[in-house]
Amino acid sequence: MSDSNTDVIQGTLDMLILKALSLEPLHGFGIGRRLEQMSGHVFKVNPGSLLTALNRLERSGWLASEWADTPNARRAKFYRLTRTGRRQLDTETAEWTRRAGAIARILAEEA
Amino acid sequence: MSLRTQIIHGLRSLVRRATSDRDLSDEVEHYLAEAAAAYRQQGLSDADARRAAQLDLGSRTAVQQQVRASRWETVVETLLVDLRRAARRLRRTPGFAVVTVITLALGIGASTAIFSIIRPVLLEPLPYPDGDRVVVVTDIAQNATPLDVTFGTYREIVARNRTLQRASVSRTWLPTFSGGGEAERLDGQSVSADYFRVLGVAPALGRDFLPSDDVPGAAPVAILSDGLWRRRFAADPGAIGRTVTLDGAAVTIVGVMPRTFEHVWRPETRIWRPLGYNPSLPLQGREWAHHLQMFARLVPDAALDVARRDLSTIARMPVPEFTRPAWASIRGGLAVTPLQEYVAAPAKPALGAVMAATLLLLLVAAVNVVTLMLARGAERRRELAVCASFGASRLRLLTPLLAEAVLLVAVGGTLGVALAYSLVGEMVTLDGVAVPRLEAIRVDRAALAFAAGLSAAIGLIAAAIPGLTLSKRIDSLASGARVMGSGHRLQRAFVAAEVALALVLLIGAGLLLQTVQRLLAVPMGFHAERVLTLQVQVGGIDFRDPQTVHRFFDRVRAAVAAVPGVTRAAVTSQLPLSGDSDLYGVQSRAEFVDRPQSAREALRYAVSPSYLETMGIPLLSGRPIEDRDGAAAPRVAVLSAALARRHFPDRTPLGQQMRIGNTDVWYTVVGVAGNVRQSSPALSPLEAIYISDAQSPSADRAMWLVVHATDPAALEPAIRRAIQTVDSNRPILKVATMEQRVAASAARQRFAMAAFQAFAAIALVLAVIGVYGVLAGEVVERTREIALRSAVGASRTRIMALILRQAAGVGLAGILAGAAVASVTSRGLAALLFEVSPLDAITYAGLAAVLLLATSAGALLPAWRAARIQPATALQA
Repeated sequence: MSDSNTDVIQGTLDMLILKALSLEPLHGFGIGRRLEQMSGHVFKVNPGSLLTALNRLERSGWLASEWADTPNARRAKFYRLTRTGRRQLDTETAEWTRRAGAIARILAEEA
Repeated sequence: MSLRTQIIHGLRSLVRRATSDRDLSDEVEHYLAEAAAAYRQQGLSDADARRAAQLDLGSRTAVQQQVRASRWETVVETLLVDLRRAARRLRRTPGFAVVTVITLALGIGASTAIFSIIRPVLLEPLPYPDGDRVVVVTDIAQNATPLDVTFGTYREIVARNRTLQRASVSRTWLPTFSGGGEAERLDGQSVSADYFRVLGVAPALGRDFLPSDDVPGAAPVAILSDGLWRRRFAADPGAIGRTVTLDGAAVTIVGVMPRTFEHVWRPETRIWRPLGYNPSLPLQGREWAHHLQMFARLVPDAALDVARRDLSTIARMPVPEFTRPAWASIRGGLAVTPLQEYVAAPAKPALGAVMAATLLLLLVAAVNVVTLMLARGAERRRELAVCASFGASRLRLLTPLLAEAVLLVAVGGTLGVALAYSLVGEMVTLDGVAVPRLEAIRVDRAALAFAAGLSAAIGLIAAAIPGLTLSKRIDSLASGARVMGSGHRLQRAFVAAEVALALVLLIGAGLLLQTVQRLLAVPMGFHAERVLTLQVQVGGIDFRDPQTVHRFFDRVRAAVAAVPGVTRAAVTSQLPLSGDSDLYGVQSRAEFVDRPQSAREALRYAVSPSYLETMGIPLLSGRPIEDRDGAAAPRVAVLSAALARRHFPDRTPLGQQMRIGNTDVWYTVVGVAGNVRQSSPALSPLEAIYISDAQSPSADRAMWLVVHATDPAALEPAIRRAIQTVDSNRPILKVATMEQRVAASAARQRFAMAAFQAFAAIALVLAVIGVYGVLAGEVVERTREIALRSAVGASRTRIMALILRQAAGVGLAGILAGAAVASVTSRGLAALLFEVSPLDAITYAGLAAVLLLATSAGALLPAWRAARIQPATALQA
């Protein structure tokens, strides 16, 4: 594990969770690990924040959950993306791309 | 969508808290297990892996708390816990809780009830399209009081005005409905053709009256109320065009009014017919009698003022096309009153007074809650300071207080609404208050909203004021300072306010009590004891001939007089305190010779022999109406003392001749009787002329029977039977003893007084409790100081005096403020008061003294406790 891992950027956790779940249903720990892997071990997700975010996203109707057995025979709560969740991921991704592009342009200008 | 899931999830976890909690802890547990497994894969030992995972996660409970805190239902849970705790705390001090809830319930209940009554009566527009444009037009009599218009005046106004869209006149009509079941007396109105168009309501079935219906000799037609149509015709649409028998004549039904139609100024009206007066206005006819109520609808853009000016111009400037006989002169002017005001006027003073009393009670309730909450806040200061020093947020500190206030107000408000339902039921059945639109009065959604808003406002105030002062004090306490007094000063101010409000209510109650006593002490001019009164009406073709009418009532009188237990019986055309006011222009022969148009008003009574005796009206000189004054005998009259003095100030009236109305029938005065108050104890013309009913040129078809008996109320069934043996088809109405009529004459004042007395009593008790509460708290707080005082030699009496002085201070401040407020607000009662000034000094001083004594009584126990403080024990503690 890299020493330089950091917390995810404020306000992006929801989007990242939606992205992590866009391929397949995962349980809480799985989502955290997936995010670490996908970020090349730059981000480390705080478990408290992660579980709170999952609870919030489920309440918003973007995720659905059910209890199921993991491959290593533990009972885990698996989350999957709902249709509205997928739509939300698209909007958030588009919005993020727009902003990130803008920031990148500003930084490029400065340099 | 998202909100719905939010709510569903939240509710689910609220209802199944255990499942939801287990779910969360399982999830955390699983997370931990997976994390440990991941570390193990990296080569850590079992124990190390678990420790590392644990470190990553932090405290399990903390994570669960974090998740839970993000859910909205957690707030609800906290609130429920707070409420449950508040309920437990309140149960520990049941006295406090009960007193507060009762006051709140009374305040909110009474206000809601009054609101329910006042809304349809004073606030809501009348139930007619553009009801605010409907006005009542009256003549203004010489003494500046309103007077019904004549048909001639109505015709002139219709022809000359520029501000009335439509106008109509109406007159009470009481037909007897016979055929098809039992004979029934109906309340009806004879109306001019445009009557319903003035109101803007058309019949639901059939047609409205047409101008061709409203002429002398037109075929008789009638319109029924929805209620009558349902009752007598079983809601059969075929009733239109049918013929019914009214007063023995055939009348065709042409219309039925809508079910929703409210006849606001005479709700008991069931049937209408065209007036049919003669538009050529014969001078000797009823067309020039002041007995019509005139209603009009203003043109859409005419302001009330403009209409008033328009009509006053007509009144002031006669034109040759419209000649007016002298008695129908409208030189006094014409009054234009919005119908709503006209309808509400009789009930307004009493309702206004009760509303004021209710508002005061509401204030008392609010102040009381605040005072009690302040006291509770003060008791819990230390506890709260400890919580504050542990870092509890200010909001969190105040929630318990808020929760208590919410709970008290919620319970009080709920009970209040229940109370409002029964109060409204009670108030609308009250006699003599003359509340219009009774059917429209009920506790409806608006009233409930009003109650809820009121409760919320009181709750907010009750929590906010103690909350604000408390939070200030918590700050200073948290910093270690010991504050004294400041809280008590506020508490004392509120108790003084309670005392002030109690005084205002007491003064209102006192003034009304004196009014009622004085009203009932007014000599009425007759003896009310042991007299039963009732009205018998005749009508129809059988009673066309005045002599038939007279003979009928003679037989009724004889039959009733023969009932065992009856000492005397008589009949009269109008009865004191019955609501009748049968005024005619009268003049003496000498006045007639000098100035034929000089007639002045007097009450006319057509009576049977022994009327004066039965009513106990004293004969001052001459003789009363006797049996010998029959139809064929010379016409005679008895004058009231006031009338005799007005027309014959310097000579005896006996032997003089008088006439009633514009007729050529002259009566010789044979006696003078005492003055009688006809309309009310407070206000009544005293000029009266009594004639023999047998000698009256026109018959009175509704006569009052007055019966003097040893036990009149018990004899009522026997008297009814006696009347029915003469004719079982004649309705017997308005049965009451004369004593009941006297009592009812002060009904409005009694109604207002009842409210003031009850509310003043509550306010007084609360003020005493308030004084007790604040002083008891102070004594506890000043224990050391008092102990010190007694240690250095202050006697018990001095210490008691110290506390009592405090109470007197609060009491005096409250009394001064209360007297000042009452001196302004009591003027609002002026319309109800009789022979007592709203600033009556004795009332003010007496009640202030009572209140001062009461507040001192509230201070006695704390003072006694203070005096018993043992310096040794108190100072060691």
